[in-house]
Amino acid sequence: MRRNGHFLGAALAVMLFGMAQPAMAQSEIKIGEINSYSLLPAFTEPYRKGWQLAVDEVNAAGGIDGKKLVVVSKDDGGKPADALTAANELVSSEKVAMLTGTFLSNIGLAVSDFAKQNKVFFLAAEPLTDAVTWAKGNRYTFRLRPSNYMQAAMLVEEAVKLPAKRWATIAPNYEYGQSAVAVFKKLMSEKRPDIQWVDEQWPPQGKIDAGPVVQAVAAANPEAILNVTFGADLVKLVREGNTRGLFKDRAVVSFLTGEPEYLDPLKDETPAGWIVTGYPWYDVKMPEHAAFLKAYQAKYNDYPRLGSIVGYQTIKAAAAILAKAKSEDPEKLIAAAEGLSVPSPFGEITFRKIDHQSTLGAFVGKTALKDGKGVMVDSVYRKGADYLPSDAEVAKLRPAE
Amino acid sequence: MSTAPNLLSVVDLDKSYGGVHAVRGVSFALKAGEILALIGPNGAGKSTCFDMLNGQTTPSAGRINLLGQDTTYKKPREIWRLGVGRTFQITATFPTMTVRENIQVALASYGRRLFNFWASMPRLAQQEARDLLERVGMAGYAERPCGELAYGDLKRLELAIALANQPKLLLMDEPTAGMAPRERIELMRLTASIAREKSIGVLFTEHDMDVVFEHADRILVLNRGTLIAEGSPQDVRRNPEVRAIYLGEGLVYDARHREGQSA
Amino acid sequence: MAFYVVQFLTGLASAASLFLVASGLSIIFGVTRIVNFAHGAFYMLGAYVAFTLTERFSGAIGFWGGVVAAALIVAALGVLVEMVLLRRIYHAPELFQLLATFGLTLMVEDLVVLIWGPSDLLGRRAPGFKGAVDFFGQNVPSYDLFLIGLGPVVLGALWLIFQRTRWGVLVRAATQDRDMVAALGVNQKWLFTSVFALGVFLAAVGGALQIPRDAVHHAMDLRIIVDVFVVVVIGGLGSIIGAFVAAVLVSELNAFGILIFPKISIILLFLVMAAVLIVRPWGLFGKPEVTARRTPGLTVNPWRPLSSKGRLAAVTALLLAATLPLFAGNYALTVGSEIAIFVIFAASLHFMMSVGGLASFGHAAYFGLGAYGVAFLAKMAGLPMITCLLLGPALALAGAALFGFFAVQLSGVYFAMLTLAFAQIVWSIAFQWVEVTGGDNGILGVWPEKWAASPSHFYWLAIGVAALAVAVLRNIVFSPFGYALRATRDSPRRSDAIGIDGKLIQWTAFVIAGTFAGIAGALFAYLKGSVFPDSLGISLSVDALVMVLLGGVETVSGAVVGAIVYKALSIFLVSQTDLSKLILGGVIVLVVIALPKGIVGVLETIRQRRRPRPEPPLLASRIGTAE
Repeated sequence: MRRNGHFLGAALAVMLFGMAQPAMAQSEIKIGEINSYSLLPAFTEPYRKGWQLAVDEVNAAGGIDGKKLVVVSKDDGGKPADALTAANELVSSEKVAMLTGTFLSNIGLAVSDFAKQNKVFFLAAEPLTDAVTWAKGNRYTFRLRPSNYMQAAMLVEEAVKLPAKRWATIAPNYEYGQSAVAVFKKLMSEKRPDIQWVDEQWPPQGKIDAGPVVQAVAAANPEAILNVTFGADLVKLVREGNTRGLFKDRAVVSFLTGEPEYLDPLKDETPAGWIVTGYPWYDVKMPEHAAFLKAYQAKYNDYPRLGSIVGYQTIKAAAAILAKAKSEDPEKLIAAAEGLSVPSPFGEITFRKIDHQSTLGAFVGKTALKDGKGVMVDSVYRKGADYLPSDAEVAKLRPAE
Repeated sequence: MSTAPNLLSVVDLDKSYGGVHAVRGVSFALKAGEILALIGPNGAGKSTCFDMLNGQTTPSAGRINLLGQDTTYKKPREIWRLGVGRTFQITATFPTMTVRENIQVALASYGRRLFNFWASMPRLAQQEARDLLERVGMAGYAERPCGELAYGDLKRLELAIALANQPKLLLMDEPTAGMAPRERIELMRLTASIAREKSIGVLFTEHDMDVVFEHADRILVLNRGTLIAEGSPQDVRRNPEVRAIYLGEGLVYDARHREGQSA
Repeated sequence: MAFYVVQFLTGLASAASLFLVASGLSIIFGVTRIVNFAHGAFYMLGAYVAFTLTERFSGAIGFWGGVVAAALIVAALGVLVEMVLLRRIYHAPELFQLLATFGLTLMVEDLVVLIWGPSDLLGRRAPGFKGAVDFFGQNVPSYDLFLIGLGPVVLGALWLIFQRTRWGVLVRAATQDRDMVAALGVNQKWLFTSVFALGVFLAAVGGALQIPRDAVHHAMDLRIIVDVFVVVVIGGLGSIIGAFVAAVLVSELNAFGILIFPKISIILLFLVMAAVLIVRPWGLFGKPEVTARRTPGLTVNPWRPLSSKGRLAAVTALLLAATLPLFAGNYALTVGSEIAIFVIFAASLHFMMSVGGLASFGHAAYFGLGAYGVAFLAKMAGLPMITCLLLGPALALAGAALFGFFAVQLSGVYFAMLTLAFAQIVWSIAFQWVEVTGGDNGILGVWPEKWAASPSHFYWLAIGVAALAVAVLRNIVFSPFGYALRATRDSPRRSDAIGIDGKLIQWTAFVIAGTFAGIAGALFAYLKGSVFPDSLGISLSVDALVMVLLGGVETVSGAVVGAIVYKALSIFLVSQTDLSKLILGGVIVLVVIALPKGIVGVLETIRQRRRPRPEPPLLASRIGTAE
């Protein structure tokens, strides 16, 4: 046992010195990036390809102010605590100019709080929770993707047109699912007081026992269903629902289902006519997108997913902020980012000063089956700016600085 | 027979499991300093009797009185606390401790010091532990890991552990099982000498009739859960019923042979 | 009415899938006593391989042939794993096999993404079972009916194998008493291998049969592994009928439970398990363990307190560690703090596990309770940091006192699973009680006060507390209480016979361990500045187990070394590569093969060998520790 003391010291020394990194070269600007690569590869692999493309483009165009852009990327394994370790490494060891990334809402919030505590600029890429920009928003944190609220508002716009009065909801039992349902219900009930909510199902995220859930919803006999499940849960739900006829003659409104990440695995079982948010890359008309699509396909010989767009645009926006700030000082970055308008594959977007939310939008359309594959049809791009509450309301939602 | 008060008295002890009557109507008594053997063929109910005395099993009926207290439904712990030491047919010791520490745990338990979170156990009650080991002839083994003792030494260690609470009664289940013949005699001589010296009552079960006839003051014979004979070794040996039970096993001959030697 | 019948059938179909996998796990555990953490990984591999085969070969023969072939291929893989890996460690300390199979699971999770890609895969529907059957206006998928039929068929087939074949009789005998089979002269090696193969085969069939109704993806294993463990334990370890009944029970309770409480699924399984184990400590159909426990295994070297030289070395190491802020950056210091915290956490579990023989699968509950305790006090009551650090662990203490009372009534794997159930119950409360705990979004802004805010100050605080905690725990190990606890583990019979109240001792140890875990959690909350439900989660509990096993369960300081090595390695790997699970799993498997007593265990053995022996070892074969 005597040896353990030495061993302890030696192990500490070896591991810790191994982690110490040399200071960065002067000719580079580093961006720190964190995402759940090992936990959610289906989303994060295309995402990584997206931001790598953006890095290439930025550097091909001369970098930022003549400096080469370098993205240092870390995996968080889906754990907030590990994301914080990574954030710490990026800030303390890698001396990055800013943090970007994150997928899961709780990780986004954890890193956002870290950013606030350590006075680091953070551009949240993916986390959808409204809290990132509102209830737990802070001056160091900006967010790219349209929030839960915005996507709910886009779907509600279509859903109110449905004649259905009896609604049921199916959502994963965690914050994202809960707040998606809550916002959707609130906005729907405001516009359609005649609506009844007849059933709600809350399967555990990633562990849906789809048969009983489908059966339970069917028993409530709703006219329309709101779905918030995604990924493997969605596949199970769709398969059971199809077999049991749950979706027959019922309207379905579904969050995120039009994103290739979630729609493509459904293959020939894709249910038709669901009202969804998503990304029909085959059907996007904007010229900016055409350029992006061409570059992406040329580089990867693959089609982009929504993650590719998010990854690409995150780094593009980050580069624009750095270029405008001409500094790595977080206060200057904030000043540069607030109100900044940048081009994106979906047209120009703006980072709002009032809540640091970008106005990136989403496509709303209907699912359809085409050549044995799921696609989005009749899709319309909805600008994020049109689906946010009034400034007065937002000011109330955000804590005072 | 001495007129000393009974250490242990058992009245009409009964135990049945489901439909099986393992022990029925057993009554006997034991006095201080007396060495009492409980014998009988396999399945006669010896172990069940022992478990009831020790508190590991509760009787279906009957009473057990130990040292003036009714212990019929008491737990092993409480019975131990009254002053009963116990050894097992298959030794039960603490293999990850040294021989001395095995004793020290028992001593600490006896001294109600187990909920001490700070003192250093290896330094606690060293002298008492050494004395006990000396008494069983194991002083030289004190620092040996208990896990590497030979079986005979483990048996002696168990005896020392059983003595840690300064017992008035020792319950020994097959104390010499698994030992070489010479070791058996030695262990029982040791036990007997300690018992006489400290006036401890001993109740033991045993298969080896040599051991029984040499050391027991009195013998109880169980068969099919019932006490069929009780008395001095001579009485029991002459009992035709006992002979009938043991004849097939050749043990009676061994006993005579043995007697002839010691005479 | 028709609805309830259909809901019942739906529950049965879920039960059938669960049963297939659970039966395999139960068989493996019953005979080999291996807690096969990799069972979920074999299930997942079954699904992936079946996906590939059924995509390649079309038609009914292609599908069903593919399912069977996939299961056979995976079973062959299982045989390989058993022969190359597990066979070496059957005689290692209890639960060491868990470490090996955990390492395998980590590797498989990354490997399937490398081989089959990151996207969720949609398998074919089963030929002949694509549609639904109309039952009084309700649709019942015909594949569900197939599964409902398959469950009892598999149960019957297993029953026949176990009742009517010589092999089956041997397996049953081995389940009841392993030593007896060895004594009968049966080739135990091949018996174990064949049992493992059958168990893996069943898992792989279970996985392969999911492809018509599930997506094939890389997290399938985690989704099922805990569930099947729970089913096996509810049913009673080693009991196939028990596994079947338990699978039906939990599936039906879930099917009908969600009608009344739609959020019940998240915790139902664990509530049922806790209730069953409290009432029936060996599960529904299980039998009390027959003295099968090989007490402490290989090591008979008694533990010793540190010598004065050892103390000097430990103090020197601590002082050296304390100089880290002089030359290391903030990141290294934060990592150092995290490692120090995990040293406390692992040491607390080690105290229970090594000294008390109480292997908890839910130790994170008390870590997390300590963290939440601090978060509540800091955020709601606004108390100063020192007060929070001192009082926060009280929540862990209270939790450990409550749950420990029930847990210590059980032993072995049942104890472990009850602690897991309690941990999951606490986790689900933290997860669901959004108003108080913030749900999965956690509690933010629990940052240290100024005096401890700088990484170097926090680092000193962390290593100081860690050194103190380890010293105190170590001291308890060699105190009368520590000996009493060890006595209850070494020989319950003997300790009972010398007046030790085993349950009270174990309960106290549980509370001590829980409180120290809470201290670790309290520091962790301040280190991270936030608290999330995953600080109570299964993966953290498993991490703690792995640290203890890696260091060496039969040593006093194994946990310290295990925590440092595991935590440093995993932080390093996560930072350097996306394939951290593959590499970490590989390292664990290598450690298991090369160092079957854990790192410290092997170091000690080497030292023992070097030290000249005063006399040759005595008759080792006669060591009577048949407790």
